[in-house]
Amino acid sequence: MNTPAPQPEPPGDRLLDRREYVGVTEVSGPIVALNGIHNVGYNELVEIGDGRGNIRLGMTLEVSEGAAIAQVFEGTSGLRLSSTRVRFRGEPLTITVSPEILGRAFDGLGRPADGSPEPSGEERDVNGLPVNPTARDYPRKFIQTGISAIDGMNTLVRGQKLPIFSGSGLPHRQIVAQITRQAKIVGEDTPFAVVFAGMGIKHDEAMFYLRSFEESGAMGRVVAYLSLADAPSVERRITPRAALTAAEYLAFDLGMHVLVILTDMTNYCEALREISTQRQEIPSRKGYPGYLYSDLASIYERAGMIIGRQGSITQVPVVSMPNDDISHPVPDLSGYITEGQIVLERDLDQRGIYPPIAGLPSLSRLMKDGIGEGMTRADHAHLASQLFAGYAQVKNIRALASVIGEEELSTLDQTYLQFGETFERKFLSQGLDEDRSIMETLDLGWEVLSVLPREELHRITEEEIRKYYGK
Amino acid sequence: MGERIVGTVKRVVGPVIEAQCSDDAEMLELVYVGEHRLIGEVVRMRQRSAWVQVYEDTTGLRPGAPVYGTGEPLSVELGPGLVGGIYDGVQRPLDVLRARTGDFISKGVHAPAIDRNTRWHFVPQVQVPCPAKGGMVIGTVRETDAILHKIMLAPSASGELIHIVPEGDYVVDDIVGRVRSGDGETDVALFQRWPVRVSRPYAERLPQSTPLITGQRVVDTLFPVARGGVVVVPGGFGTGKTMIQHALAKWCDADLVVYIGCGERGNEMTEVLTDFPKLIDPRTGKSLMDRTILIANTSNMPVAAREASIYTGITIAEYFRDMGYSVAVMADSTSRWAEALRELSGRMEEMPADEGFPAYLPTRLAEFYERAGMVKTLAGDEASITTIGAVSPPGGDFSEPVTQHTKRFIRTFWALDKQLANARHYPAISWRDSYSEYVDDVSEWWEKKTNGEWRSLRADILSIMQREARLERVVKLVGADVLPDSQRLVLDVAALFKNAFLQQNAYDKVDAFCVAEKQYLMLKVIMVYFEHASEAIARGTALATLNKLDVMRDMMQMKFECGNEDIPKLRDLLARVERAVREYTSTPA
Ligand SMILES: Nc1ncnc2c1ncn2[C@@H]1O[C@H](COP(=O)(O)OP(=O)(O)OP(=O)(O)O)[C@@H](O)[C@H]1O
Ligand SMILES: [Mg+2]
Repeated sequence: MNTPAPQPEPPGDRLLDRREYVGVTEVSGPIVALNGIHNVGYNELVEIGDGRGNIRLGMTLEVSEGAAIAQVFEGTSGLRLSSTRVRFRGEPLTITVSPEILGRAFDGLGRPADGSPEPSGEERDVNGLPVNPTARDYPRKFIQTGISAIDGMNTLVRGQKLPIFSGSGLPHRQIVAQITRQAKIVGEDTPFAVVFAGMGIKHDEAMFYLRSFEESGAMGRVVAYLSLADAPSVERRITPRAALTAAEYLAFDLGMHVLVILTDMTNYCEALREISTQRQEIPSRKGYPGYLYSDLASIYERAGMIIGRQGSITQVPVVSMPNDDISHPVPDLSGYITEGQIVLERDLDQRGIYPPIAGLPSLSRLMKDGIGEGMTRADHAHLASQLFAGYAQVKNIRALASVIGEEELSTLDQTYLQFGETFERKFLSQGLDEDRSIMETLDLGWEVLSVLPREELHRITEEEIRKYYGK
Repeated sequence: MGERIVGTVKRVVGPVIEAQCSDDAEMLELVYVGEHRLIGEVVRMRQRSAWVQVYEDTTGLRPGAPVYGTGEPLSVELGPGLVGGIYDGVQRPLDVLRARTGDFISKGVHAPAIDRNTRWHFVPQVQVPCPAKGGMVIGTVRETDAILHKIMLAPSASGELIHIVPEGDYVVDDIVGRVRSGDGETDVALFQRWPVRVSRPYAERLPQSTPLITGQRVVDTLFPVARGGVVVVPGGFGTGKTMIQHALAKWCDADLVVYIGCGERGNEMTEVLTDFPKLIDPRTGKSLMDRTILIANTSNMPVAAREASIYTGITIAEYFRDMGYSVAVMADSTSRWAEALRELSGRMEEMPADEGFPAYLPTRLAEFYERAGMVKTLAGDEASITTIGAVSPPGGDFSEPVTQHTKRFIRTFWALDKQLANARHYPAISWRDSYSEYVDDVSEWWEKKTNGEWRSLRADILSIMQREARLERVVKLVGADVLPDSQRLVLDVAALFKNAFLQQNAYDKVDAFCVAEKQYLMLKVIMVYFEHASEAIARGTALATLNKLDVMRDMMQMKFECGNEDIPKLRDLLARVERAVREYTSTPA
């Protein structure tokens, strides 16, 4: 089978390629500059010896005649200008892939972190290659997550990239765990393999995820790449790429359906910002580099399916919104690349609603092709659209009620408020372990809609009303 | 194409390299870099240095690597075989690349844009000898069911056409004619090349007067675009830019569509590739792919090629315009193009202006949008390019540089509104913030179609929407209950107009596309209802009574129930609405 790994150009001169240099000219944050070197390529792997026998990995960011600038993933602390040894490997950073990686945990650069030895297998460039758009297979297969707010209104399909936009203290962890536990294709019993990339998250958060995979018996199908909060932040630049390289291998070489959890992309972007600032690049918004969009795209676009290959990569990245601000560059640019977003809302959370999935700003763009007759049910699209419309109206009326008081509302408006309440309590809310079938979700949706008078249901056909309304 | 070494790589900074170069490197010359022969273009020269933007991934590129010159600017190939094709930003055929290197795009792969082996049936249209003129059509090739490809002389041609081949099957680089001029003889092949950064000449610009009918009611009726016009669609993520561009690519009445996916999602291109061949153009009855050309430089493909993609697209559009066609160009998203420009400029350490964008951003935008227009071609035909650019403002904030600068060069603004999108009111084109400066230009066309009613119907509905906006402010403070029925009618009719007319679901089989006459009649139904209902209320009928009328539901459903072929059904509805409400206007309640 065709593999996504590029062939490194045949090195002209092995000796030169492996040449080692002693001494660097500048160290600044995670960045080192070197002079007097030769034949070094852009984006190549660098090994940096700190003079105490430890090797740190890095990558060239800029090369010119006789000089190079490299970032050191594991930080530069303790490096000395004169005694630092630098070796250029003449190849990009790779990770090892083989069926053995399942069930294993690696560090943020893809080295074993679970005490077991390095797996044997094939080396793959972590940067991957862009999928040719003509080779993509359009995602259409409905994934049942068992969560009504997702399945009913923001349906996830296999091969989609659908992030969760969260805020500090909001329960994205529980939702991600619930999705990984419950996700299935109705009528198929091959479970998803899970590739987990933890970036800048705390130990206990990582443990929470790993434990939840273990409890659901999924651990044998999980591969974890962890660059935790105490790991050097620049390392995070590699972590999602390592994870996706593994995912591509599992999906496109082994034919598995892979669910990729990337958490937290905002931490990843901060690492990028740090490097960019160090290099004094011209920033765009909030100090993030101008190429943040392209950089994020090179991660998110590695979701999908390929014609003629068995497997698939479905991404559920977690993107936290600093100050709950959805227009912050990280969620904003993410939203511009992913195929929708599940937005968590603090107000719902404070009212004790789990999962607090915001009714209006959440969206799944690939929903349309994954639902309907033969996939979920014929009325699904109209039902969802009507729920959205009704809930939008609820939001307006709540705003009005806060001005004039609920008593002053017309009866219709009051009915809408009641609909809103029912929607949130019955449809949105569910237990952490509650796994609703899509039929249950749709029936619940109708139950909730039936609170509204039928004349209000403009997006539903007569026939659907006859069949489902008030039943 | 002669090849010579013009320099060596001195420095690699992402997609930009600085090369030590000899004297004969040329500005904007197409070059190949390193042993992989990565495609690049010289974008700046200073003393003995040349900056080259490289259209492929530069990983592994080393100082000292050779830079080969081609002596030619970055150009596209123009000839039979383009239609139905999908290309990257520098016109590499993606399907051919896939056949060669598999599912992932690797670097250093070269393939001609137009297949050299396909035989095309050439039919000469002139007899030799005859005077040769730039852009003159010397023959035709039936390229697809929908497109008759005209084989034209280069725009600069002059002298005499002294040779033409007989009707027959030829490959694109076969010589089909010969021109003799003062400078000697020039062969004419079935295809030609044109540098992408130079606009193709035409005889003269013409005023715009025909609307590009898009089948989207909010567009055609409220914010029309004329053939040869320029539109921008700004909107935050998920507000529907791509959907509207896809809808237009599917249903607009252009002869040819060039769709440029510029730094956007791979799946969106796949969607076009899988859907369009199955869809039928309602006007020609042919497959939509037969009139579509795709340029796909997705967000994960090299950023320099993204910069080039819109020029590649518009040059191809100009070539088909020169054949006399009406061409529509969709660019999704010009913000990603501007960001590519910013990234390249930053890597060259140029002085930034607003938000890091280079100071020449507005100039480049103007150049791009100016390539649209209604023209008389060199061959004497009327033809047009209509350009519709999407803009993705950070945070959905329209005050950012790309939206603001673009606004200076366009004449129609379809502002996408987050609130509408959140309520799933699609297309989420705001009737408050959008505008079209083509309304007057296209009025005459519409007036002819609608017995002279279009202008006034349109003005009436706009005035209702304005009154609604004012009333909404009151309602927000005190609720709708306190308003008199006459004012509540305004709110109701505005709501009816939004739900029944403006909203148009792109996925609905019946409603995805709406012919001009249906648009007019639907609007008329609503306005006739309003007129009679106002009178009924003035005579004392309660709004609640009117709301119970059967025709209310029929108006709500008219877009689904009366298809584009069911015009009589709409006329019948119109009559029924009149009758139903008139009952309350003739006899006092
Ligand atoms: N006319 C329409 N009919 C039905 N659904 C629509 C329509 N317009 C938009 N949508 C819905 O909105 C979603 C987002 O639209 P779209 O992908 O066009 O947004 P966008 O503005 O291009 O976003 P981005 O900037 O992130 O690319 C679609 O997936 C679809 O669900
Ligand atoms: Mg889009």
